[in-house]
Amino acid sequence: MTAMQEYAVNHPVGDLVRRLLPGPWAAVANGAIAVAVIAGLVTVSAIFLIWLERKVCAHFQARLGPTRVGPMGLLQPVADAIKLLMKENLRPRGVDGLAYFLAPLLPITGSFLVLAVMPFDHDLQVVDLEAGVVYVVAVSGLGILGILIGGWGSNNKYSLLGSMRSGAQLFSYELSMVLCMLLIVMASGSASLREIVLAQQGTVADWWIFKLPVAGFLAFALFMISSTAELNRGPLDLSEAESELTGGFHTEYAGISFSMFFLAEFVNMFASAGLGATFFLGGFLAPRFGIGPLDAVLGFVPGVIWFFLKAYVLIFLYMWFRWTFPRLRIDHLLSLEWKFLLPVSMANLLLAATLVTFKLIIP
Amino acid sequence: MAAGQSQALPPGFSLRETRADGSQEYFLNMGPQHPSTHGVLKLVVRLDGETVVEVVPHLGFIHRAIEKMGENETFVQYIHLTDRMDYLSSHINNLCVCMAIEKAMGIGVPERGEYIRVMVSELQRIQSHLLWWGAFGMDLGAVSAFLYGFKEREKITALFEELCGARLTMNFFRPGGSNADVPENFIARIEDVLEDLKFSLDEFDVLIGKNPIIRERTLGVGALSRERALSYGCSGPVGRASGIEFDVRKHDPYSVYDRFRFDVPVGKSGDCFDRYMVRMREMRESIRILEQAMAGFPEGQYRSKEKPNYKVPAGSYYAHVETARGLYATYMVSDNSFKPYRIKSRSPNLSNLAALNEMSRGGKIADLVAILSTLDLIIPDIDR
Repeated sequence: MTAMQEYAVNHPVGDLVRRLLPGPWAAVANGAIAVAVIAGLVTVSAIFLIWLERKVCAHFQARLGPTRVGPMGLLQPVADAIKLLMKENLRPRGVDGLAYFLAPLLPITGSFLVLAVMPFDHDLQVVDLEAGVVYVVAVSGLGILGILIGGWGSNNKYSLLGSMRSGAQLFSYELSMVLCMLLIVMASGSASLREIVLAQQGTVADWWIFKLPVAGFLAFALFMISSTAELNRGPLDLSEAESELTGGFHTEYAGISFSMFFLAEFVNMFASAGLGATFFLGGFLAPRFGIGPLDAVLGFVPGVIWFFLKAYVLIFLYMWFRWTFPRLRIDHLLSLEWKFLLPVSMANLLLAATLVTFKLIIP
Repeated sequence: MAAGQSQALPPGFSLRETRADGSQEYFLNMGPQHPSTHGVLKLVVRLDGETVVEVVPHLGFIHRAIEKMGENETFVQYIHLTDRMDYLSSHINNLCVCMAIEKAMGIGVPERGEYIRVMVSELQRIQSHLLWWGAFGMDLGAVSAFLYGFKEREKITALFEELCGARLTMNFFRPGGSNADVPENFIARIEDVLEDLKFSLDEFDVLIGKNPIIRERTLGVGALSRERALSYGCSGPVGRASGIEFDVRKHDPYSVYDRFRFDVPVGKSGDCFDRYMVRMREMRESIRILEQAMAGFPEGQYRSKEKPNYKVPAGSYYAHVETARGLYATYMVSDNSFKPYRIKSRSPNLSNLAALNEMSRGGKIADLVAILSTLDLIIPDIDR
């Protein structure tokens, strides 16, 4: 495969480790380095996202947001984190201890596990699984489990209502999200995230959002809607629904337990935007427009920067949704999925299958 | 709740247990600390899953015995207590007490004073509706709307601050006129505010009124028929949305409202969307009144005669006004002294709240929140 040869995984750090350590140990050491780098990147990114959300939200609401802590309020999330860590980790009376304290760990574990297969750059990926997409769908289910367990273990009716809502919501929306992913797998001919990216080489027109006429853009729109629901973000944040359920599934949580849910939301948003960028916007590939000099300049920027830029554009879209739209009602939400999004995704999948089979892809 | 325990229902619930399939209903306390009860209203909700079976409001969390306090204060002192009832209509509440005292003492109000009263009342109505608009958006999940509503409201609040020094509890009107004349640039500033407001109202319609999600969530939700609204005594936008064409300003004009041309917006089905539209149109009508009042704003005295206190002759006196929420009335009985023998306020919110159970029955929890929001309740006005 020429694509693989062009972007072979060979990084100076990785090569150095391979030279210094014997075979199996080099693989372990390289894995550990990759995990550390990505965990660091993502945690910093999540903290930055908290700041970004507050700023974006503030500017949507005609105000300034945090300005006092650090330059432009950049250290505000740090102050928030310190406050949350100093708080007492409450254990309300009547909670199921195991479920109550286990629940906050699950969503964040799930989001970090998704990031293990995320191709940040040509050679920055912890592991490139053949069935990467299947793995992503599997581990992202941990988040749902955390919300369900947390809502059930909290011994609070609001939490229970919130978690039951999210159970119904997340399982339903996962269907149309998986169908969108399936479409991309079909078009790329591989379920490995790295190969999905490499299948989009060429110019901007080769990204799946543009390359598949109509079907690509439709799949992108469906992916954005269903991933908003998966992320529990407004306007589909039914399980939190603060004006109805006060806090939904995390009503009873405080301190570090709450901050785990909170951080998971942002890591999850980043993971989801990263998947969107990988599937539809060419992941870490630099955008090329077929103009020699410009492409050379753009190609000079490292892939990880392009990846983050694309992911952040999608994250901005999520924030835009959240601070603009009112919340749906639970029955409207479910009928939207089952009566509209799911049939449309299926039809879209059929359309894409036809396009792929008869090679109607835009060259 | 297990079957057969229907006699052990919490206080206030009237429906019998009718479930035969073995599933259970449960009770949920919404409030007194809940983000969408807007204050300290407590609702005990009987739920079947997410569906509301019955709602029982619990009152009294902010009861301050204002009417009893009124018996120990002079007539003029009572004015400032009414600020603390419907705090978003404090000017209009003050006006109502002043009108009752004027009726008792036969005090006339100079032309300029009347115009000040009308203009300030209408500004207050717009200000109150703007806050409601923001809170309505927030209750339905559009958090940004809250800030937009407050941004516009702030301009009017600043105007009031310049007028009487207060932003919420005004205590501005007095028997025979008002506490002070308006500042010199008052008219010009109202013009500025209204110009911005007209633009914003169109923007608000696009943001919330034409939003498909809002329409989905409000159309046909919490419908209240005209007959039921009448029997509950609903007034104001809630009553008008249900088709009761009654507005004190139009049908029993006080002050100089009979000189201005304005329409009374009326809804058809009495659902949440009608209540929304009635309030939005009311703001535009208030702008119409303000424009006419500004055009004909006379020079002269703003207050007829000043007196620190009034010895009200024995008898009973009644005055009513249209606040932002409906019919507000003051009924006072005097035994020929400086203090009222008994004073009673009729607050629109209590009657509007009474319809809540009927409106929300069979809906979802989210509908209950939407209905509460469009009722636009002010809890201190219910408890007094």
